[in-house]
Amino acid sequence: MFKLSEFPIDSTALARELAHASAGACVTFEGWVRDHNAGRKVQRLGYQAYGALAQSEGERIIAEAREKFAIIDAHCVHRTGTLEIGELAVWVGVSAAHRDAAFDACRYIIDDVKKRVPIWKNEHYADGESGWLHPDNTPVKP
Amino acid sequence: MIYRVLYFASLRDHAGMDSERVDSLALDPRALYSELRARHGFAMSEDRLRVAVNGAFAPWEQHLHEGDEVVFLPPVSGG
Repeated sequence: MFKLSEFPIDSTALARELAHASAGACVTFEGWVRDHNAGRKVQRLGYQAYGALAQSEGERIIAEAREKFAIIDAHCVHRTGTLEIGELAVWVGVSAAHRDAAFDACRYIIDDVKKRVPIWKNEHYADGESGWLHPDNTPVKP
Repeated sequence: MIYRVLYFASLRDHAGMDSERVDSLALDPRALYSELRARHGFAMSEDRLRVAVNGAFAPWEQHLHEGDEVVFLPPVSGG
């Protein structure tokens, strides 16, 4: 399951949905909003998404993870809108019979979501400026 | 032809709008972007962008049809 959410992510509820009698491992990743990037102080983030394509591309990544790794279930939820420091921006959870597949799939999903899903992060800096970022968190030069 | 163009991130900032209805002679996204770039002063060249037509990734040469939704996607940065 992949989902965009304009509301706070309930990671406990999401992890519960991954439960399965044959699951021996659950790996989760949380991406948090931090107060700095590339030497600048960050006050908050704004995320924009192209909803229709983000949904289909996110679902494609989850499907690819299911094909590549021996997992039972996988969820990813990504926030949109304005987020404050410390807020949960993206959550990935994977259940599997064994931990190796769960770790690998979780890593695959977060890496490809960052690279491929049409979501954009705008950092608002303490000096009043703001800027859009690349996947590696370097600024997008105009 | 009439297209609906959506803008995100830096292109939205430059255009000063989320979306617009564009009446254009352009027949593919490449020609359409070149026209919109001139109109809005987009600094980003097309080799930095990807294209989506009607909610799916598309090549720059895709033949456009009346009413298509066209989106020029700046480098993404989710996560």
